[in-house]
Amino acid sequence: MNKARNNPLNSFAAHAALITWTVIALFPVAVILINSFKTRKAIFREPLALPDADSFSMIGYQTVMKQGDFFLYFQNSFIVTVASLFFILLFGAMAAFALSEYRFKGNTLMGLYLALGIMIPIRIGTVAILDMMVQTGLVNTLWALILVYTAQGLPLAVFILSEFMRQVSDDLKNAGRIDGMSEYAIFFKLVLPLVRPSMATVAVFNMIPIWNDLWFPLILAPGESTKTLTLGSQVFIGQFVTDWNAVLSALSLAILPVLVLYVIFSRQLIRGITSGAVK
Amino acid sequence: MTALSLEKINKSFGEVHVLKDIDLTVSEGEFIVFVGPSGCGKSTLLRVIAGLEDASSGTIRIGGSDVTTTPPAKRGIAMVFQSYALYPHLDVEGNMALGLKQAGEAKTVISERIAMAARMLSLDEYLKRRPAELSGGQRQRVAIGRAIVRKPELFLFDEPLSNLDAALRMATRVEIARLHRELGASMIYVTHDQTEAMTLADRIVVLRDGRIEQVGSPMQLYNDPDNQFVAGFLGAPSMNFLPAAPLGAKGATLGIRPEHLRVAADGPLAGTVAHVERLGGDTNLLVTTDAGDTVTVRLFRQHDHRVDQRIALAFDPADAFAFDENGRRIRD
Repeated sequence: MNKARNNPLNSFAAHAALITWTVIALFPVAVILINSFKTRKAIFREPLALPDADSFSMIGYQTVMKQGDFFLYFQNSFIVTVASLFFILLFGAMAAFALSEYRFKGNTLMGLYLALGIMIPIRIGTVAILDMMVQTGLVNTLWALILVYTAQGLPLAVFILSEFMRQVSDDLKNAGRIDGMSEYAIFFKLVLPLVRPSMATVAVFNMIPIWNDLWFPLILAPGESTKTLTLGSQVFIGQFVTDWNAVLSALSLAILPVLVLYVIFSRQLIRGITSGAVK
Repeated sequence: MTALSLEKINKSFGEVHVLKDIDLTVSEGEFIVFVGPSGCGKSTLLRVIAGLEDASSGTIRIGGSDVTTTPPAKRGIAMVFQSYALYPHLDVEGNMALGLKQAGEAKTVISERIAMAARMLSLDEYLKRRPAELSGGQRQRVAIGRAIVRKPELFLFDEPLSNLDAALRMATRVEIARLHRELGASMIYVTHDQTEAMTLADRIVVLRDGRIEQVGSPMQLYNDPDNQFVAGFLGAPSMNFLPAAPLGAKGATLGIRPEHLRVAADGPLAGTVAHVERLGGDTNLLVTTDAGDTVTVRLFRQHDHRVDQRIALAFDPADAFAFDENGRRIRD
């Protein structure tokens, strides 16, 4: 074992830093959760106090459940996020495989072109995107959001995945070729399982911005039937009056599915399934 | 019948010309070893034969049929890789079965072949294990098994022993030699290790800079090298090269193997012992001659030489090789 790692002082310092970071990161989430269970008065009187018998109230959740089609918003957000992640991972991995595996003219140029999207925010093109969606009749459909998010996620996905795919042993792919596997079989059966941890990384990176996004739902799909959760929650925030109970409850509920998705992916993140493949 | 014939094979990666006019014929059942320093093109040549790289020009025939543009799976070859390249998600049985399944073989044939390969390589008890649960030696045996079950016309080995430790390397080497005898199959084996080349090969192909330097049986190459490169590459410790003129020999360079030098008080090569390696069975002396050259002497059994000791060496001129300025052998 490393000597520095055993030093109690170092260990203390490391833990102190990590705990501080955790507290800072969790604080806003905790405040939202705590206050979502309190009466409006209690929220403003003592925002940091835990709900007690006096201040406990489910009024926020009740409002959320009654107001609008909250489950539909939920479902919309879920469909958009999962579908976008699926397409980002599928097309991102395919492009990354082509870039890392095949020698062809313009390979580097193509890689740079695909990576360019990382540097240019997609929101700059909002007007053009809206115009395009109007012309294709996709406004107020979930497809509009899925397509935009897929485009938004692809550059980083291709960039990260091609780096990982380069590390997959050439011998393994060649063994597959000699055994008569098609290039698709090699991609899906040999390479994808080996880069699963990096796919999970890409998924986590993309999932949260998509789930939380307000911009594109507001512009491309503001209709009642296609509202996402974040957009739906805006109902409670008015210019003059804001129903804080409802807002906080809606946000608390919105955290849950992301948490579930994150747990699924993070297990993959940690699991090293490549051991024993080569060497 | 010929198992493999290569005609005028060339391979370039962009500007880099890796293989230059390779011609080679391998008879059925022959064990051929490609040997050479790293970057000499031996692995590329193997991959061209396997179809993993396309030759820039030239013709490849395996078992009489032209396979120059045939995909790897249809060439009737099997390959064993340095890194084993086992499928991590399949157990040992699945690894061996995959190629046959892809080729559409019947289930009974597949299980029969796997049973045979497992018996030959003593892998019976590991059939249900995943590669991650096997040791390095076992993984390499699985990789060899995966090649055997396909019953190929030609086996290709790409430095299969490089990742094994010394003891296991020796054992696996013997095993590969035994397999070659039992299967009677044609094999091509790439290595940079001259011991593997000498011990396994029916014929050795020495490559340098993408060209074949010499082809022949191990003893032919050892006893009668065409040039200085082949002479220096085969044999361990490697051959000593000395300027010919001071020793009164012909040509530009005189080559003498370490085992052909002996210690003699009146020898023509005087110098100082710089280092002594005692191996028990052999004793190797590194001697710095008075002219400043370093010479290796291999003495059999144990000897009592010390560092800094003055020493004189002699050799039988019949054991020496003469080379011209370009390293070509001058034969009598």
